[in-house]
Amino acid sequence: MTDALAGTRVLARFALRRDRIMLPAWVYVVLIGTVSNAYTFARLYKSAAQRASLVATGESDPALLFLYGRLNGDSVGALTAWRYGVWASLFAALMTIFLVIRHTRADEESGRLELLGSARVGRHAPLMSALVVAVAANVILTVALAVVLPIVGLPVAGSVALALAVGTCGLAFAGISAVAAQLTASARAARGLAISVLGASFLLRAVGDSAGASGPSWLTWALPLGWAELVRPFASERWWVLALPVAVFAAGTGLAFALAARRDLGAGLLPDRPGRPRASAALRGPLTLAWRLQWPSLAAWAAGYAVLFAVCGAAGKGIGQLVGTSGALRTEFTRLGGQPAIVNAYLAGLMLLAGLIAAGYGVMAVLRLRAEESGNLADPVLAGKTGRALWGASHIAVAVCGMALLLAIAGIATGLGYGVLAGNTGHEVTALLGAGLAELPAALVIAGLAAAAFGLAARASVAVGWTALGLAVLLNIFGTVVQLSHWVLDISPFTHIPHLPGGTASAAPLIWLTGAGLALIAVGLAGLRRRDITA
Amino acid sequence: MNANAIEAAGLRKSFGKTTALDGLDLTVRAGEVHAFLGPNGAGKTTTIRILLGLLRKDRGPAGGTVTLLGGDPWRDATSLHGRLAYVPGDVTLWPGLTGGEIIDLLGKLRGSGKDSASGKSGDGHDSRRRQELIERFQLDPAKKARTYSKGNRQKVALIAALASDAELLLLDEPTAGLDPLMEEAFRESITAERQRGRTVLLSSHILSEAEALADRVTIIRKGTTVETGTLAEMRHLTRTSIDAETDRPVDTGSLAGLHDAVAQATAAGGSRLRCEVDNAALPALLRALTDAGPRTLTSRPPTLEELFLRHYEDPNAERAREVARHD
Repeated sequence: MTDALAGTRVLARFALRRDRIMLPAWVYVVLIGTVSNAYTFARLYKSAAQRASLVATGESDPALLFLYGRLNGDSVGALTAWRYGVWASLFAALMTIFLVIRHTRADEESGRLELLGSARVGRHAPLMSALVVAVAANVILTVALAVVLPIVGLPVAGSVALALAVGTCGLAFAGISAVAAQLTASARAARGLAISVLGASFLLRAVGDSAGASGPSWLTWALPLGWAELVRPFASERWWVLALPVAVFAAGTGLAFALAARRDLGAGLLPDRPGRPRASAALRGPLTLAWRLQWPSLAAWAAGYAVLFAVCGAAGKGIGQLVGTSGALRTEFTRLGGQPAIVNAYLAGLMLLAGLIAAGYGVMAVLRLRAEESGNLADPVLAGKTGRALWGASHIAVAVCGMALLLAIAGIATGLGYGVLAGNTGHEVTALLGAGLAELPAALVIAGLAAAAFGLAARASVAVGWTALGLAVLLNIFGTVVQLSHWVLDISPFTHIPHLPGGTASAAPLIWLTGAGLALIAVGLAGLRRRDITA
Repeated sequence: MNANAIEAAGLRKSFGKTTALDGLDLTVRAGEVHAFLGPNGAGKTTTIRILLGLLRKDRGPAGGTVTLLGGDPWRDATSLHGRLAYVPGDVTLWPGLTGGEIIDLLGKLRGSGKDSASGKSGDGHDSRRRQELIERFQLDPAKKARTYSKGNRQKVALIAALASDAELLLLDEPTAGLDPLMEEAFRESITAERQRGRTVLLSSHILSEAEALADRVTIIRKGTTVETGTLAEMRHLTRTSIDAETDRPVDTGSLAGLHDAVAQATAAGGSRLRCEVDNAALPALLRALTDAGPRTLTSRPPTLEELFLRHYEDPNAERAREVARHD
C-alpha cells in the first residue's frame, strides 16, 4: 500500500499551491457568512422577547423552514445555527466537491495524471492527495469557525458543535465526490453526480423540515445536510450525530479506493460505447453543435428540477396545518395573513429559489464558451465559416432557452405537485408557470453579466459570472433577514421581480430587466468580435 | 485573382510585453506547397492564427500588412474561411463526439457543401474522398474522440481538411503524433493535393518533411523571417558535406572554408575525414583529397536540419566557434 501512495505528499503540496486562492476564498465566504449572521442576530435581537417572536415566525413559516431548517432554540447561537448552519454546510460541501473532482477526475481527463503517473507517483497517490487536501481544508474551516464564533460572543460548546457540523458535512462530501470521480469518465459528469447528491440532500431535509411534526420528518435524517441541524448546536448538543458524516466519509473513501484499484487510468466504470460513424443531418452548424454539447447537462438539470419542484409543491399542501400547537404561533400565523398568504409566500419563495438556481445553470452554460475557447475547441469552429458573434450566440441561446425551460418546469412541477393535493390543478399550474417564467428576466441579467465578461475580459469571465450569482444568492436569501437597506438589496435583479403567486404582477420591471439582460449579451458579443481568441 | 495566396510583410504581434512576431515576412504563391519552418516558439502558430483571424495583428502601420486569398484575414474572416481548411498543431476534439461526426461537422462548418453538384454529399465534402481518406489513414470513425490517441486526433483533423474542397490548406505541424506509415500516407496526400492545384502552407520543425514536399521554404526565428526561397536557392548559399577515407591524412591546414572537420585514423590503417565545406572551397578540398589517396568518398547536399541549426543558432556563438577553430 505504501508503494501505491508514493508521492502523495508532493502532490498534496502541489494541489494546495494550485488552490492557494480558491481555498481561502471558500473558507472566507463560509466564515464571514456565519460570523456576520451571529453578529447581526446579537445586535438586532437583543431581548428574549424579540427572539421569541422571530422563532415563532421561523417555526410557522414553511418557506423559512424549507430554506433554513428547524429552530432548536431562541438563543443568539441557536438562531445563527438555524439561519446559516445548513447553508454553511452546503458551501463546505460544494467547496469539497469542486476540490476533490478537480484533483482527481479533472486531472485524469485532461491527461495531466498520466504525466504524473509516469513519475514516481503511486497508483493511489492522486486520490489520496486530493482527500488529504480536502480534509485539511475542512479542518481549517472547522478550527476557524470554532475559534471565531466564541469571539463574537457565542458559547464555546455550541460554537464547536456548529463548526464540527459544517466541517464534517464537508468531509462526508469528500467521500461522496471521491466515489463519483471513479464512476464517470468525465469531470463534468462526476461533478454533476456529487452535486445531485448534495441537491437531493438539501431537498430531503427541506421537505422533512417544512412538512412539520406530522409530516415525514425522518427525511431530515436521510442525508448529510440534515445532520448539520440535527447536531442541535447551542441547544443541548447531540454530539453523536457527528459520527454519521464521518462514517460516510470513511465508507466513501474506502469504496473509492476499491473502485480505483479495479479500473484503468482514464476509464470510468461504464465503458464508452461506439457512436455514429457519420454525423446526423441535424449536426450541421454552431447552434446544433452547442446544443449537442450541452443537452446532456440540460436534461439532467431538467430532470432534477421536475423532481425537486414537484416534491416541494406537494409539500405546500401540508402548510398551515401544522399550526395550532401554541398561542404565540397562532398569533404570528394570523399576522402573516393566514393560510392562503402563507402558502403563497412559500410558493413565491420556491419560485425565487428556482430563479436563482436557473441563473446558476445559465452562468454555467454561458461559461461553456470560455471552456471551449481555452480548450482550443473554438478554433475549429471559427476556422470554418462561422462568425464569432454567431458562435458566441449559439451557446448563449442554449443558456437562455435552458433557463426558460428550467423555470417553466419549476412552475409546472410545483403547480402539479401542489394542485393535485390541494385541488384546482389547472389554475395552480397556469399561475405557477407564470410565476416561474417571471423569474427569467432576472436570471437573464446574471447570465448576461457572464456573457459580457466573456466578451470583454475572457480570463475573468468565470470569476465574474459566479461572483454575480453568489451576490444574488447572498442578497436574496440572506439579505432580507439581516435587514440590509433596500438600495443594497436592489443590486440584485431578483429583488425587482414581483412576488408571485400572491403579489401584484407588474410588467415594467420584467421588461427593463429583459432589456438589460439582452444589452449585456450584446456587449459581450460585440467584445468577442474585437478580441483575440486565446487559451 | 491574386497570384499570391498569402502575403505578409513586416507582421508584428505582441501579447502584453512579449513580442511574438517582430516584422515577419511570408509570401505563399497560389498553387505551391510552402514550408514554414522554425524552432518551437518561433511564431509559426501565432502567424497561422493571425491568418485565420483568431488573433489580430498589432494595430496601425507598425503592425505590418497581411493578405489572405486577396482579403483581410481579420475583417473578411468568415467569407475567407469558406475557401480554406485548417489543421491545428495541437488537435483537441469534443470528447463526446465520434471521429466521423467531427469530420462531417467540420466539413459543414466550412460551409462549402451548398453547391450540390459533382457528387457532393451536401455536408462540405465528397463522400467518396472522405471514405478513401479514412481508409488510407486507418481511422475508426465510430469511436468517441475521448478514446483517441494524439495521432488519431491528428488524423481526424487531417481527414476533415483533406476531404474538403478548400483552395488553401493551413497545416500547423500536421504530422506530429503520426507514425512513419501514416506520415507516408500524409506525404502522398499532399503531393496529390498539389497536383490538383491546391495551395498548402505547411508549418513544421520536421525538416525532412519540408524537403520531401515543399516547393519553397520560409525559415523564421524569434518572430522574424531569416530566409526564404526554393530549396535549390538556399543550398546555393550553403555547403556540401564530405565523408572521405584516404591512405594518408588529408592536409587541411592550408584549406579555407572548411567547417566542423573531424579527422581520425581508421582501423584499416587509413585516415578518415568528415567535414562541411563552402561550395567555393570545394575544388581545393578535392585536390587535397586526391593527394591523400582517396579510398571512399561520400558527398551530399546539406540537410535542412543542418541549414536550420545554423539559422537557429545564435550568430555570436557560431562566430565564436569559428574563431576558436581558426586559432
